[in-house]
Amino acid sequence: MMRVLSVLLFLVLAPLVGALLDGIDRIISARMQGRQGPPLLQPFYDLAKLFSKQMVAVNSVQMLLNLSYLFFLAVAGAMLFAGADILMCLFILSTADMFLVMAASSDSSPFATLGAGREMIQMMAYEPLTLLMAVGFYLATGSFHVGDIIQMPHSAVLAMPGFLVGFFFITAIKLRKSPFDLSTSHHAHQEMVKGITTEMSGPTLGIMTVAEYYEMILMLGIVALFFLDAHWWSWIIAIVACLVIFFLEILWDNVSARVKWEQMLGSCWGVTLLTGGLNALILMLIR
Amino acid sequence: MAKLAKSPWLLHYDASSCNGCDIEVLDCTTPRFDIERFGIINTGDPFQADILLITGGVNAQCESVVKQIYSQMPDPKVVVAVGICACTGGVFKDCYNIKGGVDTVIPVDVYVPGCAARPQSIIDGVVKALEILQQKRDAFARSQKSDKS
Amino acid sequence: MLVGWPVLIAVLVPFFHNPKTRGILAYVGACGVMALTATMLVLWLRNGATAVELYAETEVIDHLMLAGELFLMCLIIWQSIRHKKYPVILLSVAQTAVLIWSEFTHPVAAAPHISIDSMTMLMFLIVGFVGGLICIYAVGYMKAYHHHHTEYTDRTGFFFSMLFLFLGAMMGLVASENLVWMYFFWEITSVISFLLIGYTRTEEAVNNSFRALWMNLLGGLGFAVAIAVAAATIGSVQLDDVVVEKAVIPVALLALAGLTKSAQLPFSSWLLGAMVAPTPSSALLHSATMVKAGVYLLIRLSPAMAGNMTGMMVSLIGGFTFIAASMMAIAQNDGKKVLAFSTVSNLGLIVACAGIGAEETIWAAILLTIFHSVSKSMLFQAVGSIENSLGSRDIEDMHGLLLRLPRLTYIMGIGIAGMYLAPFGMLISKWVALRAFVDAGNILLVLFLAYGSATTMLYWTKWLCKLVSLHHTKVKVQDVTRQDQYLSMYIHAACMLLLCLFFPFLATTVVDPIIMEIFGTSHMVLSMSVLTTMAVMLMSVLFVPSLMFLLTRSTHRHYVPIYMGGINEGDNTYFTNSYGEPEHLYLSNWYLRFDFGMRRLMRPSVAAASGVLIVMLCLIIGGAV
Repeated sequence: MMRVLSVLLFLVLAPLVGALLDGIDRIISARMQGRQGPPLLQPFYDLAKLFSKQMVAVNSVQMLLNLSYLFFLAVAGAMLFAGADILMCLFILSTADMFLVMAASSDSSPFATLGAGREMIQMMAYEPLTLLMAVGFYLATGSFHVGDIIQMPHSAVLAMPGFLVGFFFITAIKLRKSPFDLSTSHHAHQEMVKGITTEMSGPTLGIMTVAEYYEMILMLGIVALFFLDAHWWSWIIAIVACLVIFFLEILWDNVSARVKWEQMLGSCWGVTLLTGGLNALILMLIR
Repeated sequence: MAKLAKSPWLLHYDASSCNGCDIEVLDCTTPRFDIERFGIINTGDPFQADILLITGGVNAQCESVVKQIYSQMPDPKVVVAVGICACTGGVFKDCYNIKGGVDTVIPVDVYVPGCAARPQSIIDGVVKALEILQQKRDAFARSQKSDKS
Repeated sequence: MLVGWPVLIAVLVPFFHNPKTRGILAYVGACGVMALTATMLVLWLRNGATAVELYAETEVIDHLMLAGELFLMCLIIWQSIRHKKYPVILLSVAQTAVLIWSEFTHPVAAAPHISIDSMTMLMFLIVGFVGGLICIYAVGYMKAYHHHHTEYTDRTGFFFSMLFLFLGAMMGLVASENLVWMYFFWEITSVISFLLIGYTRTEEAVNNSFRALWMNLLGGLGFAVAIAVAAATIGSVQLDDVVVEKAVIPVALLALAGLTKSAQLPFSSWLLGAMVAPTPSSALLHSATMVKAGVYLLIRLSPAMAGNMTGMMVSLIGGFTFIAASMMAIAQNDGKKVLAFSTVSNLGLIVACAGIGAEETIWAAILLTIFHSVSKSMLFQAVGSIENSLGSRDIEDMHGLLLRLPRLTYIMGIGIAGMYLAPFGMLISKWVALRAFVDAGNILLVLFLAYGSATTMLYWTKWLCKLVSLHHTKVKVQDVTRQDQYLSMYIHAACMLLLCLFFPFLATTVVDPIIMEIFGTSHMVLSMSVLTTMAVMLMSVLFVPSLMFLLTRSTHRHYVPIYMGGINEGDNTYFTNSYGEPEHLYLSNWYLRFDFGMRRLMRPSVAAASGVLIVMLCLIIGGAV
């Protein structure tokens, strides 16, 4: 019953909370740059506008691939919030991402294809850490199941601080933040126009945006997973931790410039090895 | 202002301008003027834009480009001609290669004069364009409805 | 029986010079193989699905085999002298000599030579059905192949003869319990692969075929020495005895033979070179069956490798091959090369699983073997057909293939999805492998798997994206794929989907009994609910896009050209370049050649792998002596 409720809550609330967080993000970013920034509810206005626009398309399949992307992200998130296997959830997440890459390549346009290629490199960059992180949870708590992980007497983060650092690093990729916003970006005047979303317009882009909100909540959900344990107050810590991580991501976004793919791949793999690999090694040795 | 006009995204195109107006357009995004206050984003992608901000008197070479990116923008959309060259062709009007004003190529909704146009007047022009956008939106919604019925 | 039928066909085929009758004979042969395999399965199941042991006393056959052995040696010597590759002779003579010496000096007690248990049965099914379908496919393919490549002499009769002979040898190999018998079949597969690789008789083909030969003979030498040592020390040449006794040196040497056969680093280059051969032979030898012989042997040996040096060596080499090959696959643009690297890489994973030798890893290894055989054979066939239609197997030329060769593209899509996408079989096996590696406490393998999956993901995704790009070109492509080729590929695709859908069923009825036989115990590796979830997920992966298609089909769209800075020349294929002239749009994939190229990675990885192999082998043998 609780599970059904939490999945339903996720499916309904995630886009709303995601949009709200996006609004906060834009205001904080603006303030960091000395601007006033848009209203808090701006993402909602944007979404409403996108869905009211004319349906312009370059082919007939992009919309359905985008819808599949949304669907699988929602499924991946639902699995996390239902307390299912975290490894499976991460696999579904990468499947979802693959649908987005396919949606972009289906245009066969220069900018979207460029974005799709970079998105693939991004997937390659973050994938090792997500897998290792699942292993880390297994080593720290003895289970891959989210339902079991949050019932532990102590928070998982005590055993796996390295993974949290690594996860913070790759979350910048998933939230499409600088320095890793290679495939598409929130900012204007790009060398690759809008990357993977170049040919997405109106409702198609709206769907993609909603999917991104699901993804954002999923990522924050995993952050929360690091902190949750059997105590009720761990939920408060987890929410605070999510907000702190989110703020740090915004800060990082604003103080760094975009890097080249080699640097992204190298740094992500290096950080994964240093944080995740080392942490996993230590956990294995003391087990 | 209705809710829908709160999210106008811009596409800025330089149709053989001297770059004076373009600098001023970029100026609008700086902290001093901060057009994001109105929810305005400079997208740089016709597929996602609502407002085409165009500078310079269109020349023979970029005429087809202007037409094409205009056609790629989804309805409802408005065009703002920024600077005197975009409005009428300006001092370049009689050049052999200048068409003379954006409205010789695509329909223009708002004219923002000036050489170069000041950021304040550009923002003013965009806000004017929002009203027209809203009207077009209502008309578009009506046409969609009548299409369905 | 199963051995005899293909051999009979193999003998018959060269006598039919008319392509039509030859084709019919090949159909009959392939259908016969499949029918026999099915009958075998039914009979075996009716007998209670227990291990059957046959041919305890086989004086005559043993002598025949020895003669066959000598004949193979002579064949190799003759070929080597003809092509001036003398070192190969040494290897061949050495191993035959070792074997003969061992047979005459260390007599062993008579024991069943053939044993048929669930593992053998599974291999029968794979070899029989995948192999049979490939033979059917080859009939259509070879016609088109020689139609395209008029420069090569048409030796189709020889080709088919070799294919069927190979099937016979494979059947014999997996059924043999006696190591000498197994060795005999092992040598036959090596020699046939050598002959098939050299089919076109170009200089490249000959060189590659000799590379394949010497590497496999090296493994064969290991095999022969293992037999001799086993006969001398434990007085038995039964595979079971070797495993039960955990005889260190024979196991290590047999593992070496397994590594060469399954093309692990440092022996990967023979499989990559083997891609010069016509596609059916690549599909048959190098994806579906022959390389599986090595894996099969390693899985058989796995209980004897659990937790010791040999196991560590095998799993390290396997894991390293998995990641190194998948990295090198990124930089390839030749479709068959990518498939070859992916084969090597996936075999690496299976080998790593076998090396750990725990129940879960063997569970994963067997499932990986099943899924890999079916999907890889399908992919090879699809690429072969695409090559015949397109005149190229360059992935760059497959841009927008969905619009040009839709049927083949769907088959490719299913194959690729089967190789790495979330709810398909390969991935589940990977998942189990990951867990087992963690349980085994092997951090290195966990890292290899984590990074290797990422690189695997990249090269498949970019290929898939290339296929689905909706690029309208004016060049028309004629689909010259014949009906029999499609038949084979459709059956493969259907098998793939059914295998995935009935995954829980597959796990309990096929894999669990094998685990039972190897370890004596068996418990649920993955809970049933998880497996069922997978099946449901699979349904959704297939049906969600189709459902979305139906939902979005009716929506009204306003079609516009793609964004190329507003300089499209009327459509999506040309744009105006800086000279004001129309230029064709060309979109290339990412290959990251400077970072992941074969030139950069091959040598260091071969060096590293050989280093590990040599040092570990020395340690093992030194430690045992």
